[in-house]
Amino acid sequence: MKLKQLEGLLGTLQQFSHPKVELEQYPTGPHIASRLLYTAENTFGDISGKVVADFGCGCGTLGLASALLGAEQVIGIDIDPQSLEIASINAADMELDIDFIWCDVNKLRWRDDVVDTVVMNPPFGTRKKGSDMEFLAKALKVASQAVYSLHKTTTRDYIKRTAIRDCNARSADILCELRFDVPQIYKFHKKKEVNIAVDLWRFVPYPTQESADS
Amino acid sequence: MRLLTHNMLSCNIKGVANGFPLRLEAEKWVEKEVELNADFLRHIFPKIEWKALAGAARAVGYCELPEEADAAMLDSEDFLRRFHHALLEIHVEEGALVCPETGRGFPITKGIPNMLLHEDEV
Repeated sequence: MKLKQLEGLLGTLQQFSHPKVELEQYPTGPHIASRLLYTAENTFGDISGKVVADFGCGCGTLGLASALLGAEQVIGIDIDPQSLEIASINAADMELDIDFIWCDVNKLRWRDDVVDTVVMNPPFGTRKKGSDMEFLAKALKVASQAVYSLHKTTTRDYIKRTAIRDCNARSADILCELRFDVPQIYKFHKKKEVNIAVDLWRFVPYPTQESADS
Repeated sequence: MRLLTHNMLSCNIKGVANGFPLRLEAEKWVEKEVELNADFLRHIFPKIEWKALAGAARAVGYCELPEEADAAMLDSEDFLRRFHHALLEIHVEEGALVCPETGRGFPITKGIPNMLLHEDEV
């Protein structure tokens, strides 16, 4: 599938009808989502034929993009039931089969290493400090191959340092810098639309003890 | 929820030590055909807890998996077909996942397991 095709398909997805500020629900736009997945698949081969998890999946954009690019199994996790409902409708509309779990990502308990790749647009941690790093630590624990994630460019040094020191990352690389369009969906937004500079990261986890032994 | 997802989920209540596998109580499930990908099955096989998969498959009335399995069986096309079917073609729509240690049930509604915890379980 071509990048433009992927972006076009993702542009048809339903997004949050009543976004919840406490969960920092911002839709992952088709431009960013298509580039994230396209790079993961075409540069690194981390999507097709893999088990992919979408952490904090919201309306399912990244997970559905993974399924479109041939992921064998996609699992979307979100704490918000309304988002999961929209994500299910989006999956049905595109005739894609995705599993969803209603759960707080930080409270998830999974056997490690069954998931190959985690894709996520985590909360930026502006409303609840540290929530971005909680997501990242969990993702690096669960994934056996790679974690793709978006983080504010202003936090770049902090992300790299913390990922490697505290979150089990063997490597942390920025693949590109993107503009994240945040439309005026919350009352506290003063401007019509702001765009935030974000980095697209690829993290590689250390193998867990169990798999290192076997 | 496919049985592959069931195969990695563990009870997430704080303090539970043996929360895997969650016992599957299936009330409604559907089967959807998916193209068989032998490379994927070989890739995922070593990561699967076989007894948990065979048990979950029995809970949805599929008894064609052997009690034990080893990598040599992956050469058999018949085995691959059964493995593929159990892992990826069965979707549990309604039912529950039950913690083997505490007996706490996590409901599955419209295919989505609810793994949210109560305040005293966190």
